[in-house]
Order: sequence, then C-alpha cells, then structure tokens
Amino acid sequence: MTIGVIKVARPRKMSFPESLYLVEIVKGLGVTMGHMLSNIVRQEGIKTIEYPEVRREMPPRFRGRHRLMKREDGTPRCVACYCCATACPAKCITIVAGESPDPGVEKYPVRFDIDMLRCVFCGMCVEACPCDAIRMDTGWFTPPDDTREKLIFTIDTLLEK
Amino acid sequence: MTGPLFDIAVAVARIAVFFAFCFGLVVVMTWVERKGAAYIQDRRGPNRADIFGIRAWGLFHPLADALKFLFKEDFIPDNAHRLFYQMAPMFSLAPAILGIAVIPFGPDVTVMGRRIALQIADLNVGILYLFAVSGMTVYGVVLAGWASGSKYPLLGGLRSSAQMLSYEVSMGLSLIGIFMVFESVRMSQIVTGQGGLLFGVLPKWGVFVQPLGFILFLVAQYAEANRTPFDLPEGESELVAGYHTEYASFKFSMFMMAEYLHMVVGAAVVATLFFGGWQFPYLGDAGFLLPGGSTVAVPPALVLLLRIGAFVSKVLFFAWLYVWIRWTIPRLRYDQVMRLGWKVMLPLSLLNIFATGLILLLLNK
Repeated sequence: MTIGVIKVARPRKMSFPESLYLVEIVKGLGVTMGHMLSNIVRQEGIKTIEYPEVRREMPPRFRGRHRLMKREDGTPRCVACYCCATACPAKCITIVAGESPDPGVEKYPVRFDIDMLRCVFCGMCVEACPCDAIRMDTGWFTPPDDTREKLIFTIDTLLEK
Repeated sequence: MTGPLFDIAVAVARIAVFFAFCFGLVVVMTWVERKGAAYIQDRRGPNRADIFGIRAWGLFHPLADALKFLFKEDFIPDNAHRLFYQMAPMFSLAPAILGIAVIPFGPDVTVMGRRIALQIADLNVGILYLFAVSGMTVYGVVLAGWASGSKYPLLGGLRSSAQMLSYEVSMGLSLIGIFMVFESVRMSQIVTGQGGLLFGVLPKWGVFVQPLGFILFLVAQYAEANRTPFDLPEGESELVAGYHTEYASFKFSMFMMAEYLHMVVGAAVVATLFFGGWQFPYLGDAGFLLPGGSTVAVPPALVLLLRIGAFVSKVLFFAWLYVWIRWTIPRLRYDQVMRLGWKVMLPLSLLNIFATGLILLLLNK
C-alpha cells in the first residue's frame, strides 16, 4: 500500500432516472413549494426580523452606543478628567472642562462630544472612567442619520439615554 | 356602425385588451418574482412601499420601481457606441411585444352579427411568425453587449447569442410534432384542434399527444427567455449582470420589461400549444360533455367566460412556473448548457418527429 494516499469517498453514481433529472426537478419543485406554502400560512415562522419595528434582543454585555450617567441631583456624573478621551484609540471624544458651581466638585464638562462616525466601540472609555460616568449599555447601535453633524453626539444627547 | 369603422374599432379593442392584460401581468410578475422568491427562501420579501398607509403585501413596489427608473439619470458610458447603445433596449422589447399578436385568448364571439376572433391577428403562418419574432430578441442582447463598450456585457452578449442559436433549433423542431398532429401552424386551428377527446377520456391537449415535445419545448423556451437554469448571459457571479451591466434608468427597465414580457408570452404560447389555449376541459359550445356521456347545459355567456378564464389561469400558472423553476434549480455551467442543447435536445426532438410521424402513419392506415 502506498504511503500518504488517502481514499476519498466519491459521490454515488446517479441511477438512470436520476440522470434524466426530470423526476428530481419535480421533487425540488415540491420542496420549494412546501417552503413557500408553509411560509405563507405561518408568517410568524419566517426568521426575518423587521428591523425598525422589531429589534433584535442584544446580549447583556453588548457594547452599544454610549450614555452619560447622572448624579442624584441630575447633574452629569462626569468630572471632565479626560481619562476617556486619552484612552480612546479612535480619538473621537472631545471634552471641554469648566469650573463646577458645586463646591464639592472641581470640574464639569461644558462640552462632551462623541463622534459616532469615528468611534470603534472598543469600550476603552468605559474602562478608563474613574467615576462610572460613561457606559455603553444602551443595547443598541448608532442609528443611521442623513448628515455627519447629526452623528456627533453632544452631551445633551448622551445624557438623555 | 358601418363596416370598416366596425373593423377598426374591433381591432383596436382587441389590441388594447390583450396588450393591457400582458403588460399588467408583467407588472404583477415582477412582484410575484420578488415575493415568491422571498417566501421560497424563508424571507418576507417586499412589504414597505405604501399608499396612504396601505401596504397590500408589497403590491405597490412595482409602481415604486417604475417611478424610480423614470427619475434616474439616463447615463451613457463614454466607451459606448451612442446609437446602438440606445437602440438595444428597443430591440429587446419590441420582439417581445410583437409576440403577443398571434395568441388567441378566447374563442370566436359573435357581436352584432359578425364573428370576431379573440386574437389580435390570426395569421396563417401563426407559430412561424412567433419563431421569426422571438429569434430577433437575440439582436437586442448582442447589441447591448457590444455597444456597451465593456468586457462583461460583451461576454454576456456572446454567450446569449450562442445559447439562443442552439436552442432555437430544438425549439422549432420540438413543435413539428404539434403541427403534424393538428395539421396546421395557425394558432386558432391548433386550439380548436385541442377541443376533442383522446381515447374518450383525456382532453386532446398538446401535452397528452406530444409529452416529449412539451418537455423539450418548455426547456428550450426557458433557454430562449434567458431564465434560470439557463440565465448564463446574466451570470452575476461571473459577468456582473451580463449584457445589461452598463444600463441604468429606464433603459434597464426596458430590458427587465422585455424579460418579463417574454415570460408572459412564453407562458401564453405553452398554454396555447400544449394545454388547449382557451379550451376548458370537457366544455363544448353548449355545455359540459363529461366522459361518462352525461351533459350539463351551460349558457353561452358563461361558456365564453369559462374559456377566457381557462386561458388566463393557464397563462398565470405557466408564468408562475418560470418563477418557481428559477428559485428551485441552480444555474447550469456553460458547457453543460451547450451539451444539453446539441447532444440531448436536438436528437430527442428529431426522435420525437420521427415517432410522431410513425404513429400517425400507422393510425391512418
């Protein structure tokens, strides 16, 4: 026996009626018609998710679009420390810090913009945040929009969620 | 009404009715194709276009498609031959429209004491005219392929011309048996010939007297119409979209219309030649004549309606069969198509002629 030769199973030879294809084609037509009728009768059996109306259930650890957390008094939890902006590999976070009116807090973000078109959804900002102010647990993607400007999310949009 | 005026009115009415039927069916078929494909593949298919919130299972999508095509830029590529590029869609659509002229869609009716054939033109060359016209469709495809000035369309056009030439031969020969049995090439006479009974039980339809001829003709017709499994000219995995790669806007839409009109005309031809056209099984001029010998009287108006209804439902079935086959059978390889055409279809159609001639000779002795 020759070494290194592997015997591969060849496809079975077609019988004569099979090689005419006529009966096989009719069988195939039966299969497709069966699928069609069962899909017409049981519409809910179709796997398609009709997107804008119905949304896919995302796994709990799915990293979606960001949201900013609020303190109990409604002010943003963010202290404008720039940790997230520094950690961001896509450089999509822009923060402008201002002095906070609250004596217990040093700074607050005057501007906090995330360019969703540049974001790579890596979650580094969430990891970097020292006060759990930014999270990515909204469970959904960035929705599509018609201008680039609308996809640079400002602090108001991010706090809403 | 006076004589000539009446004739003109009748001719215009016949053309209008049948033309509207065919084009309406074309519109519906684009929807059937998309929706049918979706349901066969466990998808939902088009269901978004709506008019005042009514979606009607996506029935308005053909309308949306037409509007979209109308408002798109009419683009001509730099490399294209400007005249031929613009002529190609017309060459593609015109033969398909011409084909509907000879198909009888109902029996003769008597209006104001005149017998009127429900057929746009009852030509004495009948089916030969249809061959001549459908043979011209290849010009549209080849012209589009060549005039686009691009490689993929050219290959698509070449494939299509080779394929159409090969299948034209067996398509013509597969029908010789029908001519021999019904002793005519006139469409109306072929249909009337199918009114009788075979062995006193079966309707004398083409499919029962020429089963092999029917299968050969059906296959050849799918190849002629460039439909799957023979849609090599459009093989998107190899040729982008084949001969109409470079076409956009309404010119593309004309190619699509031609394709669907071919399906509709093809369905009507199969129904006419092999399934008795407007003949309703066991229905005579006065009513049903069942094989057992019993009769059921039917008023003449209902007979007419039943017959036209029979024709329409046969056409609908065969139009659906095109879609059904398309989403069932994978595409053949090019050499397989050629081998099937020349080595299987041609000998079988010659055999069919020989066998039919032999049986007719023995029966007449």
